Amino acid sequence: MSAVPISYYLVLSAILFGLGVVAFVFKHNIITIYMAIELMLNAVNLAFVAFARAHNQLDGLVFVFFVIVVAAAESAVGLAIILTIAQNRQSLNVERVNQLKF
Amino acid sequence: MEFIAQHPVLVASLVKIVVLLVILMTILAYLSWFERKIIAHIQSRWGPYYVGAHGLLQPLADGIKFLFKEDLTPPASDKLLYILAPFLALTLAMTTLALIPFGPATVSIFGHQTHLVVANVDIGLLFLFAITSLGVYGVALAGWSSNSKYSLLGGLRSSAQMISYEVSLTLSVVGVLLLAGTFNFNELVTSQQGYYFHFIPRWRIGPQFIGFLCYFTAAIAETNRAPFDLPEGEQELVGGFHTEYSSFKFAMFFMAEYANMVTVSCLATILFLGGWLSPFPERWTFMQYLPAVSLLALAVYLAYDTAVNMRGIARFQLAVVTVLAGGLGFLCLLPGVMPVIQGPFWFTFKMGLLLFFYVWTRSTLPRLRYDQLMSFGWKLLLPVSLLNLVMTALYVIFPLLVKRG
Amino acid sequence: MSLPFILFFVFAFFAVVGAILLIVAREPIHSALALIMVMVALAALYLLLGAEFVAAVQIIVYAGAIMVLFVFVIMLLNAGVEERTNWSKLAKYAGLPLGVFLLFELTHWIARSAVGKSIANGSEATNAAVSTRALSEMLFRKYLFPFEATSILILIAILGALVLAKRDE
Repeated sequence: MSAVPISYYLVLSAILFGLGVVAFVFKHNIITIYMAIELMLNAVNLAFVAFARAHNQLDGLVFVFFVIVVAAAESAVGLAIILTIAQNRQSLNVERVNQLKF
Repeated sequence: MEFIAQHPVLVASLVKIVVLLVILMTILAYLSWFERKIIAHIQSRWGPYYVGAHGLLQPLADGIKFLFKEDLTPPASDKLLYILAPFLALTLAMTTLALIPFGPATVSIFGHQTHLVVANVDIGLLFLFAITSLGVYGVALAGWSSNSKYSLLGGLRSSAQMISYEVSLTLSVVGVLLLAGTFNFNELVTSQQGYYFHFIPRWRIGPQFIGFLCYFTAAIAETNRAPFDLPEGEQELVGGFHTEYSSFKFAMFFMAEYANMVTVSCLATILFLGGWLSPFPERWTFMQYLPAVSLLALAVYLAYDTAVNMRGIARFQLAVVTVLAGGLGFLCLLPGVMPVIQGPFWFTFKMGLLLFFYVWTRSTLPRLRYDQLMSFGWKLLLPVSLLNLVMTALYVIFPLLVKRG
Repeated sequence: MSLPFILFFVFAFFAVVGAILLIVAREPIHSALALIMVMVALAALYLLLGAEFVAAVQIIVYAGAIMVLFVFVIMLLNAGVEERTNWSKLAKYAGLPLGVFLLFELTHWIARSAVGKSIANGSEATNAAVSTRALSEMLFRKYLFPFEATSILILIAILGALVLAKRDE
């Protein structure tokens, strides 16, 4: 078996997760921050699939399936919320929507 | 040469890719000729007639025109996305054709027995839907990057239409998957072998007729063709998402649309019409001469046409076409070629039938308004596809239920 | 340097480049395209790991539906240009090298630990792809309740999105 060692995939997953955190912390636009969340979810999915292959079990893949489905549901609702916020505050800058009182 | 002997699969794949690309580009070019001729004849006129004999060189003339037109770029547009969008659309549309099998495993290239397919993927159908669902980006990015109101509205409408009908498209196919039990294209076709009462072919359009109707309607809407082509109709939105595109990028969008049509027709023939299977029973071995006979009949008709109707340069051009047709006909009579040509011949015939149907609906039916289009997709087509799926599932599971209780 | 290694590095390179472009891009639409590139690269990596169905689902659902939703919202809201903030000197000259060093340290200790060695061997892993039938059997037998619960979750999400996006009449 000349397959790639699984630890390579785990390191890649860690790199992507770290880059997702950096994007989450440093960006202003709400939508870009949301995309950083999706990047972090993807990195975690990669770790799940890598472990599923390492232990030769299918549970990891089923979990990836559920993560993708939940991410879809969450994106729909989250983007609807973002649309409403953008209409109310007329701005997509996250520093201008940091108060509950309008 | 030893490279070829050591890596037969790789070289065979390269050969198949080249052959597929050449045939595909020719089909895309001549599909525009086919469409214009048929629309014209339905409307009691002739269509392209003068450029070559019977207008056969019209696609070449159109290609040259597209190459030499001025290539404008809107000044405030997003340059990267503006150039990326047509490439994306065309690449995705042409990639799907690598998954489709055109014939059974009768050919052996460089000693490697292979189906006539570039990539035999185990989950071929799922992958095809994956690539089709990425095709929305070509349209959406084209509309956005042109920095024009018409383009943005057209792009948004078109992509909303595509993602709405994609759901019905996928659901209407699941009935076939339930009956066949596999995603692999080759097995989907071979599971349709056999005949009811020894002469009616066991194609899946019989049990899944509603599925076929839903699939084809969703496919026409998915590829943005009439009567669902409001986003790109000239009378409504100037040009829709390709208003600001000129010359070669515009040609790429057109080729992408035709390639999508071809892909969807190929998928319909594989799933519902039996792919490369012949409709005649296996015992009728004389039907193997049908490709050769039809090509030779075409050559005879063209010879008559050349001798009687054509004048001047058109006569010479049509004579060339006659000789080509006759040559192909005689080629199909060779004992080495005849078993190989059966599968692709029937596949092309069924695909041509579906493409003719596409062009027929374009020239016959009026255009649907956008809200009518969306309500049709969500309120009628989706419930019907779901109903088809539920009924098929009940049919499949019924023996198990009866056994249990 | 066998073919799986080359493929892994190519797709890993695309994934990391996409993530960096997500951070660096000035317009949200470019960030969205970078994220799509990351997702397609990850789908290719799932194929390398033998999970065909998950790769196809990733492209159909994630890259083909969720990201389309993102692109629509960006186009509808006409999300403007990201303001460019100059990174402080501390972030540039201390933060970045420290981050890279942390990454190397983590990789080193993961590779040397017992878990890391066993995973790197991959001795339990076969090279066969996971069949869709096995995955679906597990999904519908062992995980049937979560499956049905997620379908209710999606229904709730649809209702929520509809209510939120409805204009007040």
